[in-house]
Amino acid sequence: MGLADPTPDGRFGQFGGRYVPETLVPACEGLEAAFREAWADPAFRTDLDDLLRDYAGRPSPLTECANLSEELGCRLLLKREDLNHTGSHKINNVLGQALLAQRMGKTRLVAETGAGQHGVATATAAALLDMECCVYMGEVDIHRQELNVFRMRLLGAEVRSALSGSRTLKDAVNEAMRDWVATVEGSHYCLGSVMGPHPYPWMVRTFHEVLGREAREQSEALLGAPPDVVTACVGGGSNAIGIFSGFVDADTELVGVEPAGGAAVGRGVPGVVHGMESYLMQDEFGQVLEAESISAGLDYPGVGPEHSYLAASGRARYEAVTDAEVVEAFQLLSRTEGIIPALEPAHALAWVSRARGELAGRSVLLNLSGRGDKDVAQMMEVLRPAEGGGEA
Amino acid sequence: MAPGPVEAALRARRDAGGKSLVVYVTGGLGDDWTDTLRAVADAGADAVEVGIPFSDPVMDGPTIQAANDRALASGATPAGILDGLRGLDAGAPLAVMTYYNIAFRMGLERFAASLADAGVSGCILPDLPLEETGPWAEAADAAGVETILLAAPTGEDDRLRRVCERSRGFVYGVGLLGVTGVRDELAASASVIAARLKQVTDLPVLVGVGVGTPAQAVEASAAGDGVVVGSAVVQRMVDGAGPAGVAELVAGFRAALDVG
Repeated sequence: MGLADPTPDGRFGQFGGRYVPETLVPACEGLEAAFREAWADPAFRTDLDDLLRDYAGRPSPLTECANLSEELGCRLLLKREDLNHTGSHKINNVLGQALLAQRMGKTRLVAETGAGQHGVATATAAALLDMECCVYMGEVDIHRQELNVFRMRLLGAEVRSALSGSRTLKDAVNEAMRDWVATVEGSHYCLGSVMGPHPYPWMVRTFHEVLGREAREQSEALLGAPPDVVTACVGGGSNAIGIFSGFVDADTELVGVEPAGGAAVGRGVPGVVHGMESYLMQDEFGQVLEAESISAGLDYPGVGPEHSYLAASGRARYEAVTDAEVVEAFQLLSRTEGIIPALEPAHALAWVSRARGELAGRSVLLNLSGRGDKDVAQMMEVLRPAEGGGEA
Repeated sequence: MAPGPVEAALRARRDAGGKSLVVYVTGGLGDDWTDTLRAVADAGADAVEVGIPFSDPVMDGPTIQAANDRALASGATPAGILDGLRGLDAGAPLAVMTYYNIAFRMGLERFAASLADAGVSGCILPDLPLEETGPWAEAADAAGVETILLAAPTGEDDRLRRVCERSRGFVYGVGLLGVTGVRDELAASASVIAARLKQVTDLPVLVGVGVGTPAQAVEASAAGDGVVVGSAVVQRMVDGAGPAGVAELVAGFRAALDVG
């Protein structure tokens, strides 16, 4: 048994719900009905499985890290979502939603993106299925993720700059929702994480459960049992919920890792924004705070409602790591294993590295949710002073 | 239940054969925002909506977003805005417009009580759809605050009927598919939603979102009972027109609606 389904009104415990303007309620209801119907249809499942295998390259491998395991003193396994087409786990959800949107007769995909991984995945699916695509990205992120902006445009998507608020992921979500309010009749909002109004947190989780199922099989084949610990980074929390889903019924500790500057579970209190009730970083008046993280993909003050539920119920625990620890981890994996991780999963590795005492002798499965190509230019800047000036 | 002050004012206007004008003012925008509010009422608004700024206003377009940001940057808080309203003889019933998290954070019962205590009659929460309204509406009913619901063009007739049944004060017909802001022309959907709502309710039906000029107000109120005007007024505030300049704009809407 995996994670439980939400209640009919879209709640995981007290968290979740559907807090959207009236204009969007029929669209959310229609999406939920279409998703239930499609998921029960073997033809839809076959189409999606075929795309995941032949186009995205699933299943992704499981890699045992011999060198790093020795250094850390635990048995470290990586679920290689970085090897998927487009470079991250995001493609699992996007192919599902794009097929569903097409089935619903929608001709345009709207998406938000932080680091650009979800935007690139959405633009890719739109190109493949011949749909229009518009991606909102915070102005700040457009600058720090230039490469992904270029990729999206190359794929035929329009990238629009979100100029309001903190000009990062939270504001890109606002702009995407405003777009959807105006274009709901022909557009599908291809939300990129396990957040937003019902049915998104549940639907996006369902599309990512494939990686959890694979990881369960692969790790049991290798270890003879599920791993002792499963860990993943958490912004909105889609890659984490995907991998947790495969182990929630096992005797496995589940650890989500948030950036210290965007620790919704760690520092937040329940609030309502972007269509859901969940832990939220906010001030005493209910104004949403701006997250601050080196990783654009985790620069989000909220978290998916199911993570709030898993935290409140005690099934998963959530740790926070600093930008400095992340930079260390980014270099550590590159140097020891020849794998350059995205800054997002480097958060999970930063926790493993810090917690090596606690983890000694145990098996740890880490979801390597994306590859680091997109972050190399930014890291060149970050690491330059430490290397005494480096090359210009 | 007897109608609250907002509903009573709008029914009185309708009973006299007129069209209602509800005007939105961003709370905490400039030092003279309460003077502006009074001037707006004097210029002929039947009720005034006071926006409590929120960091993530997903139903609002660029004008109200910018006004929100400016008010927040100058230190506006929900409690501060309600303090500004308390004891203010506005000359028209007041409704607060904000987003659900502001109420949720303060606690629903406490927020409802603080509205009543500040002399606010109604409340609009545009990100709280019918299915999620229950806990808030209960708290608001208990405090005697009118919960004004939005009804959207995308809703089926049965949904519009249920929205109207739960709405108090008036029902706020969303005039177009989109967020708040002035457009060159009134959307055709404005008259359609007004007519559809009139068929399912006796509550006053006002149309807002995309009503930016006196001529658009006249057109939008033909099928219903009046209009809500927001961004055009807020733009005037942002431009620094002051209470008199904003009142002049509102008087223009009033005059156009009175001529019909």
